[in-house]
Amino acid sequence: MNGRGVVWLGAPSFPVAAKQALADPQLRANLKRATTTIRDKRLAVAAELDDWEALRDAAAAIKKRTARHLDRYLLQLEESVTAAGGTVHWAADAGEANRIVTELVRATGETEVVKIKSMATQEIGLNEHLAVHGITAYETDLAELIVQLGDDRPSHILVPAIHKNRTEIRDLFAAEMAHWGRPAPEGLTDAPRELAEAARRHLREKFLTAKVAVSGANFACADTGTVVIVESEGNGRMCLTLPETLITVMGIEKVLPSWSELEVFLQLLPRSSTGERMNPYTSTFTGTTEGDGPSAFHLVLLDNGRTDTLADRVGRQVLACIRCSACLNVCPVYERTGGHAYGSVYPGPIGAVLTPQLVGPEHAASLPFASTLCGACYEACPVKIDIPRVLTHLRAEVVEAQGGRTAEALALKAAGKVLDSPHLFAAAQKAAALGGKALARKGRIGRLPGPAAGWSDTRDTPAPPAESFRSWWRKNKEDDR
Amino acid sequence: MSSREAILARIRSALADVPADETPEDVPVPRAYRRSHLAPAEDRTAVFSERVADYRATVTRTDPAGLPATIAARLTARGAERLALPAGFPLELLPAGPWEWHPEPLDTAALDGLDGTITLAAVGIAVTGTIVLDTGPGQGRRALTLVPDYHLCVIRSEQIAEDLPDALARLDPARPLTFVSGPSATSDIELDRVEGVHGPRTLDVVLVTPEQP
Ligand code: SF4
Repeated sequence: MNGRGVVWLGAPSFPVAAKQALADPQLRANLKRATTTIRDKRLAVAAELDDWEALRDAAAAIKKRTARHLDRYLLQLEESVTAAGGTVHWAADAGEANRIVTELVRATGETEVVKIKSMATQEIGLNEHLAVHGITAYETDLAELIVQLGDDRPSHILVPAIHKNRTEIRDLFAAEMAHWGRPAPEGLTDAPRELAEAARRHLREKFLTAKVAVSGANFACADTGTVVIVESEGNGRMCLTLPETLITVMGIEKVLPSWSELEVFLQLLPRSSTGERMNPYTSTFTGTTEGDGPSAFHLVLLDNGRTDTLADRVGRQVLACIRCSACLNVCPVYERTGGHAYGSVYPGPIGAVLTPQLVGPEHAASLPFASTLCGACYEACPVKIDIPRVLTHLRAEVVEAQGGRTAEALALKAAGKVLDSPHLFAAAQKAAALGGKALARKGRIGRLPGPAAGWSDTRDTPAPPAESFRSWWRKNKEDDR
Repeated sequence: MSSREAILARIRSALADVPADETPEDVPVPRAYRRSHLAPAEDRTAVFSERVADYRATVTRTDPAGLPATIAARLTARGAERLALPAGFPLELLPAGPWEWHPEPLDTAALDGLDGTITLAAVGIAVTGTIVLDTGPGQGRRALTLVPDYHLCVIRSEQIAEDLPDALARLDPARPLTFVSGPSATSDIELDRVEGVHGPRTLDVVLVTPEQP
């Protein structure tokens, strides 16, 4: 990892990794099935709320308000968490966050911690850092357990082990569980129920004895100091409730002005993420509670490149991301390459705009090009992050960094202007759909002209759909009424 | 300079474009969304029952007089005999029969050895099919509804809010809250839904309405 984490050291650039992924038919079949299933569920439950657009508008505005007054809300959060019996720590980068967490674990005298799936701790490489200092971190989310046992990397925000099928998981459990604790039962089959049961037993002995837990956070309310964790399996609740010490690592952008704003985000997040009206468990807690749950609570506020992102007036909207993964499931590029190709903890469209900003464009130069700019991610995003707009902005930056004012840089700046205007954007998409048809042979495009040539050099590009996503969406929504 | 000061200074310089006299309220938040997604004619308890059932949990309706018998029937159907009993649970609701009631406080190992738990709830949410526990009387510590494999929850119809905004306004964020929407579940293996990974695999909700429908 580099100084800020985020990017996997030694990972090939996107074009190289994507080419490998495209050559793996099993992976592509898994991805296709998974993204299609979640996408359909999401559309169905979003359509249940006829004010979905109003909720998105509110969410985007709340996030904008928070970002523009971030210092004030963080100070208020610090005050309210402290008043409720918690301790707040500030970490400027991955190294500092890792040192803080390691010291906190050491102070308890423990050498094992249980963990809830957390993108922030993946971003900083916490597990690896703890291991160097003799502390074993056990991932307790089923998918994260699969990834950890396989010494693998997550490939999707919501379903990190989406690239593995049931037989691979069975083999992994049978071979590896014994090295981490309770072995898999004899004669384990690949039935999902049996696999889940094996994971339940394996992890239960950890939950019942663990003294220290590490989590991320979905939201934190500045006015009350309340931290919110959204999950399905109950492993989160186990970690939040049974250990004596809880350490939560949270990106500074996760703060919300007030408790009441959850009324917007708790409607948008589960529906956008798992396609459910509500996820099985949402836990909220404020500091510590006498006689219930951990007696010590530490909140680590992580910067790690976020303030640089905030300084970019186009790119700052990316900090609104609530990590729902809706943009992954609608992305034609992600659907074919999977998450590993992005070489980062953050895959898919959000990864393509967040990773280069967190680490600097020179460390992730190919990622802003990993997109067809079809606009589906923007339409899906519950907080209305204009990912295509940020992508072209970052492309221009990369191109400029690489060679100054080239024709490409100018073209991308022009594209940025188009994407700034919804009307021009819609017109451009229609034009692209028509142009794509003219270029396509048997639904595939060979080498793309102009700025896209670098991207299409190594692969066939799927032809843009005959109609744009926007017009498809509008039509289908109207059909529903 | 501490990291706290450094981060705050970086935020302030990153936001140099924000006018110094701008307040949060100067950034407007449009609130055109609905306070409730229930149609005027829709019955809260009917929607609640239907949506809880969508998560493969069971909802049984009863009136106050029928409550002990309904509880007995659910426990029998589930084969749950040894149950954790939170402080403040109204003892007159407990049916007579073969059940062992283990009152709090119980340590984690003891909880792990029981079949299930019975609790009240703080709030229900119709549109999302959610029950919310706030560790108040009859609800127990958070571990109580987590460690045993079965949870029977008794909720009164007047505790059911129409939708999330209404429910959040009824709750006290200072208390630890658990929003439960169906049993523990995972879809991590080929997106096949499997109930019960770490939390209770079975959730029974008993809905008490003033009169039997
Ligand atoms: S960018 Fe939007 S759609 Fe993508 S994960 Fe973040 S919130 Fe979800």
